[in-house]
Formats: sequence, structure tokens, C-alpha cells
Amino acid sequence: MKFGVVQFPGTWSDHDCYHVLSEVLKQETEYIWHHATDISHLDCIIVPGGFSYGDYLRPGAIAQFSPVMNSIKKFSDSGGLVLGICNGFQILCESGLLPGALLKNESLQFRCQWVNLKVENTNNPFTKLCEQNQVLKIPISHGDGRYYAEPRILNELKNNNQILFKYSSEKGLHEKSYNPNGSIEFIAGISNKEGNVVGMMPHPERCCESILGSTDGTKIFNSIISNKKSI
Amino acid sequence: MNNLKTLLSELAISESEYAKIVSSLGREPNELELGMFGSAWSEHCGYKHSKSLLKHFSKLPANNVLVEHGSENAGAIDIGDNRAIVMKIESHNHPSAIEPIQGAATGIGGIVRDIFSMGARPIALLNSLRFGEASKLNSINLLKGVVNGISNYGNCIGVPNVGGEVYFSSPYNGNPLVNAMCVGVVDHNKIKKATMEPNSSIFLIGSETGRDGIHGASGLASKSLDENQELRSAVQVGNPFMEKILIEACLELALNEHVVGIQDLGAAGLATATIEAAENGKCGIYIELDKVPLRDSGMTPYEIMLSESQERMIIAVEPNYENIVIDTCKKWGISFSKIGRATNDGIARIEYNSSSVATIPTALLTNPPNYVFDTTKPSYIKDLQSFDFDPIELPSNPIDALKKLLSSPNIASKEHIYKQYDHQVQTNTLIPPGNDAAVLRIKGTNIKLALTTDGNGRYCYIDPKIGGAISVAEACRNLSTVGANPVAITDCLNFGNPEENDVYYQLEKCIEGIVDACTVFDIPVISGNVSLYNQTNEGNIYPTPIIGALGLIKDDTQAVSSDFKSAGDVVYLLGMSSLSTNIQALSGSEWSYINHQLVAGKLHIDLQMEKKVQSICRELIKMGIIQSSHDCSDGGIAVAISECCIKGSKGITVTCEIKERWDVALFGEEQSRILISVSPANEQQIIQQCKQQSIPILKVGYVSEKNISIGNLIETTVDEIRNYWEAGISQYNS
Repeated sequence: MKFGVVQFPGTWSDHDCYHVLSEVLKQETEYIWHHATDISHLDCIIVPGGFSYGDYLRPGAIAQFSPVMNSIKKFSDSGGLVLGICNGFQILCESGLLPGALLKNESLQFRCQWVNLKVENTNNPFTKLCEQNQVLKIPISHGDGRYYAEPRILNELKNNNQILFKYSSEKGLHEKSYNPNGSIEFIAGISNKEGNVVGMMPHPERCCESILGSTDGTKIFNSIISNKKSI
Repeated sequence: MNNLKTLLSELAISESEYAKIVSSLGREPNELELGMFGSAWSEHCGYKHSKSLLKHFSKLPANNVLVEHGSENAGAIDIGDNRAIVMKIESHNHPSAIEPIQGAATGIGGIVRDIFSMGARPIALLNSLRFGEASKLNSINLLKGVVNGISNYGNCIGVPNVGGEVYFSSPYNGNPLVNAMCVGVVDHNKIKKATMEPNSSIFLIGSETGRDGIHGASGLASKSLDENQELRSAVQVGNPFMEKILIEACLELALNEHVVGIQDLGAAGLATATIEAAENGKCGIYIELDKVPLRDSGMTPYEIMLSESQERMIIAVEPNYENIVIDTCKKWGISFSKIGRATNDGIARIEYNSSSVATIPTALLTNPPNYVFDTTKPSYIKDLQSFDFDPIELPSNPIDALKKLLSSPNIASKEHIYKQYDHQVQTNTLIPPGNDAAVLRIKGTNIKLALTTDGNGRYCYIDPKIGGAISVAEACRNLSTVGANPVAITDCLNFGNPEENDVYYQLEKCIEGIVDACTVFDIPVISGNVSLYNQTNEGNIYPTPIIGALGLIKDDTQAVSSDFKSAGDVVYLLGMSSLSTNIQALSGSEWSYINHQLVAGKLHIDLQMEKKVQSICRELIKMGIIQSSHDCSDGGIAVAISECCIKGSKGITVTCEIKERWDVALFGEEQSRILISVSPANEQQIIQQCKQQSIPILKVGYVSEKNISIGNLIETTVDEIRNYWEAGISQYNS
């Protein structure tokens, strides 16, 4: 499996994603500069976390106009796998590759903490190795992670099984105190209609080694990797 | 020159210093030249009141130290495996007092540049904060602003914020302390210096230069804060995005052998940065100010030279290799301009529109006058130390007393602060904030770092020398309790007005105490910063040296956290054979402060015993027979126990004897104590080890499921006390 990790000026999870894919999971991995136009040789694109171009206007608002995003649109249109993590999720929403928007956290403060993430749909290239309703232990780190979509879109998401992850308690219950940012219906990660583009606020690359407190992130990356083998 | 007197006062230059400038130059300086002297000779840049005292640090053991203390932007120490750690702590107190968000943010920016200018990738930030009483609205507003500033800036640049401390006390009313520490890692033979060589091309890269921050070094950092805080224009505004791309660009440049030197523009901007680097390279420098990219029109040479606009770097490159700088800047979208070149005559020549605006020998600027004072022991210290604790009555209710302590903002949970900081990015954080020290791995090696900051202004006020020594001891203890061997410290010396006898005495004695402790622990002070004139019209702050400490775990040893792990484990106190009975244990304690509004007493530390207790703690961790380990300090053993219970969601049954003065036993703050828990199977081994090394040890009790039972004094549950601990700061926040 060939992974590409996108680098915008201001991206900072690029090295973390590269480390997990290349060192921990031993996958062929390369960086993709934000000017890149040809990415067709890759199997999966990771749009990592950070503050692309400073995100002073609105997270992802500038990055959507970078040359690499045109390439990523073409890549995803032809069925390529794209995973946006944190700022990557925000950029995919701003670019129109995913529906909805990420608003400022309800607390109006940045949050870096462990959360529980309930897997809502395993019929997807990014979650196929998870169990339905499995609860993953995974960190978040964001100031603008409150997912919002208008009722019509929300219905579409539900009807098409596009909601992949929701915040929950350790036991998988959706209680208010376990919603770290006020996301609508506890939504933490979604896919596009076709299922090949996924965005999530939590950071799976931060929990792929037991010394870091959890290896649940590998379930997501290994799901991606398993697609290649089954093809 | 109009109004020389006013100008000198603005620049904090005395009349005798002015006379010295005139006689060295052989003429009167012009306004720009005087401004350059004002900055270079400020306390902030020139250390004129502290240099003679800081010399004591250079007598310390220098094992593995790679750059001389004070000679570069930060200190560096070899940690093995071809790696070096570069680290420094620095203050941004006065800017944060005036504009907390930007003051704190640019404090982070400045310290991070000090690290990557040496070619080291910043891998950790820590923050040591002091505010006035938490009950004052101004303190809480400053806290919110400072945390917001640190969070905005630090999170954006992708450097994890892994530790620090926050304390509240009235001497910091209106003069908060915001000390930021940054730690970086670099190949040990790839350290870049802030230097240049004759003919180097000098590039200024990064943000454009504006009118912000003029007189920050001389005015803001080197004078007391007045009540009417009209120095707002002296506070800079940060651009963390520019900082982030400067990190990447400079780290690329640092790897290139044709890049001669990298220098950060900090206090007094171009004026100090160019001249220090020229002096380091034994060069002169020629600068054309009209080549400096400006963000404001009509700026004078004076403003351009002294602006403290953030996120700017100087790159000195061999003249035939200018393209290296140009290409890297273009790649990252960073603006750049060649503003001059290094010369070989030791003179700084500044031109603007082809006419000379300043000509000064660089050595004159970098060698400010030094002031040494004879001091006498302040009378207040004698009064405080002879305080008689005996008449102090025993409190009526032990559980209320414990709750009161746990909800003191100085002891209460800081989680709501550190969860606003990204403490995990770079995926190295093994032990997160909220423990005695943070632990980080270094990828590609078997080395783990432990990092902490510590300082106790109250102790240093009561006894500057012992307080200084305790600051180092406690910082090292916090490294030892996670299992790391202390190897180096960096210090930020926050004091009041050094021209006052009492303050200079505090500074002198604190440094003596720090040196004493470092000598016993055999560790160097590799870098630091001095922040003086922390004074408002209410008086001077407590003398507050903040110690940033680095420890190493160089094998497969598992670092240990402070939370109790399993019910049934046995709890021991290393360093004592019974709980405190000496009423002097209340000296300087949190309990005396919150319950009796008392800051007094006699402090004590036996540095040799301290060293032994820390050493055995590390040994036991290395043997893998300790379940948890926690420094026993602020609030005494009762607080240490409570913290281990809360973090592990466990209870405890304390079975050891508690004498009549239970306030002394439970809340006394004697030094050199570490609280550990062990599984019963390893009990004998631990007792044996302590016996062999003549280290006192006390069996405190047993870890239980939820109930906390302390002798026949306290019966409660972990959930009940957790509420007090968690609400300690937020009770003032709403």
C-alpha cells in the first residue's frame, strides 16, 4: 500500500502520520508537498492535522485553494482513499469533499484529551477491521471540532450510513459529558456518500503504539491497508 | 539632542553610564547610537546587575556540556547516541502583565526561536506561571489571558506543551510571572551557533519589521511596572504560523555547512541580534537599514533598528552560497532580504539611504558596566525565621482542613489548563502533564527524557539560600520520582528591583543555594535568564528562581507515574522513619499560608540525604518494583496521598502513627521525602535496600478501593475529595 502524507505550510501531524505508516506499520509512505499535482501513483492520501497556512481566517479556508487539493479531488473522484485527520477533516469539509462544517468548540477553548470513539459503521474501507459499536480510546487535539450539518444533510448522512464515529462513554453511551466539543449528535467522523473519503477530528496516529497509551489507531490504518490486500 | 534626561530615563541609562559611553566613543552618541546602548546595556540583554553573580554557575561540573553558559541562545548538553539536548527557560513577565494573551504568546515564540536557531528541533514546552491571589479578578483574568496566549501559539506551531506549574500569591498581584521553557533535540555535532565570519552575507528572514515592541528590552523588561500601564506599544504581537514555517526553514538551513550562523531577533531586535552575532564571530558588521522589509511606512532608522517585531531571524551565509537561503525561503514562502555583510574590523556600521546613521565598536556594546553591591542580611528575614509556631492552635476538623488544602488554587488540579495545550503532538509523550515530571521518548534511540519546572517563592522569601537549594532539590526529585537521572538545569531568576539591598541579597543568596545544590547533585546550569525589576507600587515579588530540569532514562526502565495502581499495594514514605513532629515543618508551608496567612519559619534541607533518597527511588524504579512514586512536597503527606488516590481512583488506609500535632504530621513540608506504593511481594526487598543504604523509610499504609481513612482523623472517599481538588481554581473562574 502506498501512502501519501500531505504537507501544507503549518501542518504538524505530517511527521506523526509518516512515523506510524512508515515505521510502525511498515508501509511505503511519502510526503506530498502542497503544490503537488501528480499523486495518481498513490493508494491512500492522508490530509493530516495542524494549522494549514495559520488558519487565521477559518480552519481549512485557505488550504482548500492550494494546488494539491485539486489533485486530491481528482484522486477521490476516481475512487482513491482519502483520510482527513483534524485539520485535514476541516480542509475536506471546506473543499466540499465532505458535507458539513467544523465550528469552534462549545467550550470556546482548545481541547487536548483522550476520548472514547464508538464505531458506528464498519462497512467502510476505513473501519472494516473494527467491530460494530466497538469503543476506541483515541486522543483529540483541536479548537474547532464541533461538527455541524443542517438537518437535511444530517438525514442524508444517516440514510447513507456515512456516520463512522461518534463520541461516547467507555461503555459506548452517548452522554453529554462525553461530547468534548459539542458536535451535533456526537459526530466525530464521517465519510462521503461513496465511502472513499473520510474525515475525523480525533488523531488515530497518536495511538498506534502501546507506550503512548493505546493502539486503537492501528485498527483504522490497518483497515485501510487491508483494502489493498483484498483487491 | 532634545531632552537628554527624558531619553536616558526612557532607555534606563544612568547619567554615569552616559558619561562612560561618551568617553568610550570619544564623542556624544546620536539618538540611534544611544538607543543601541540602552538596549545592549539593559538588564535584559546585558545582565549588568547579575553577571558577576551568574559567574558562579560556570564553576559547576560541566560534564557533557557543549556550549558555555550564556554564550549562545540556549544551553546544550550531550545525552549520548549522537544526540544533544538544547534547552532554555526565559521570562516574559512584564509583557504578560500588560497584554496577557500576546505577552505570553510571544514569550513562547521567543524561547522556541532560541532553540531552533541552534539547529535543534523543538520537542517540548513547559510553562511556569505565578499570579496574584486567585480571589482577585485581575489574577484570574491574567491567568485566562496567559493560558489562552500559550495555547494559541504553542498549539499552532506543533510543539507539545508537557508541563509546568501555576501558583497564586499576593506578591505577584499586578506582576505575574510567565516563564517559558523550550527543549530541543539535535545531532550533537550539528549545533549551529549565533555567529558570522568576515564577508558573510547577512539575511533577515521572516516577518516584516514594524513599530511594535520598541524599547521592550530597555523600558519594559528593565524597569518596574507603573500603575498606569501605558507601555502597550512595547508589547509585540505574535504570528505562530510564521514561527512554524521558520522552524522548518531554519532547521533545513542549519544542516547546510555553508550557513555560518543563525541568530534569533529577540530583545532590541536587529540592534542586539546583529551585534551579538558579529561579536561572537569576532567580526564587525555593515547594515543597510533601507534593505529591511517594513510593514509600516515612514519608519525611522531608530525604529527599524530597535523594533521587536516577532518571528524574524538573521542568517549568516558564505557569500557564494546566498542561494541556499533564497531557495529555502522561497520554498517555505518566507520573505527575505540581504541587509548587509560581516566585516573584519569589529565595528558596527549602520547606514540608511547611503548615509551613516551609527558607528560603534561592537565590543563596546557587548560589554556593559557591571554592578556589584555589598549587601546586608535584610531584617525581615531574621523576623520571619524567629517566628514561634507553638502558640498556633490545632485546627478543629481534620477532613475540613484537608478539603481546604486540596481546593487551594496552589494545590488543586491544573487539568483545565493543560488540556488547552496540545501535549501529545510529535507522539513522544509517555507521561503527560499532571505528574511530577513529563516523560518523552526520543525516536530512534533508547533514551527517554524527563522534564519539569519547579520554584517556591515563599521558601526563597523566608530563606533565599535554602530556598534556592530546595528549588533545585525539588526539581531533581520530580525527575527521580519518574525514574530519571537529573543531568542539567536551566534557570529563570525572577526578582524585584536589584538596586534595593534586600532584593540584591535575595538574588545573591538564591544563586548560592542553587550552586550548592547543583554541586551536590553534580549537575550543571546550562542556560538561563534573569528577570529583574519585578516590582509594582505594592512592592517587590517574592524572589522566585524557577528551575527547569532535564533528566534521562537511558535504558529499558519503565518510567513510573504518581497514581496508585492496585488496591492492596503497600504505601511507603522514603526519607523518613516517622511522620513530622517538629513544628518547624509548617515553615513556609501551604497550610500555614492558607489557614494562618503565615509565611514564616525556618527551612531545612540535608542535600546529602536528598541525594540518597532520590538515588534509591531511581534504583527501585530501575529494578521494576515500584508501582507508583510521588514527590511529597506542597501540602505535606496528606496532599501527596490524596493526589495519588485521585489520579488512580483508589483509596488508602493510613496505619502509621500520627502524633497529637496532626497538622504538623499531615501538612508539614519537610524535604527529601518520596511517597511510593509497592506490591506486597516486593515489600521486603525495598525495606532491605533502604536498610543497606541507611535511608529512613516509613510504612504509611495500604492502597484500598475507594475509601480514604487516615488514622482516626479522616474518613472520606476518593470521589468526595476529588471534587474539592478539581474545583480549586474554577471556583474563582465563573
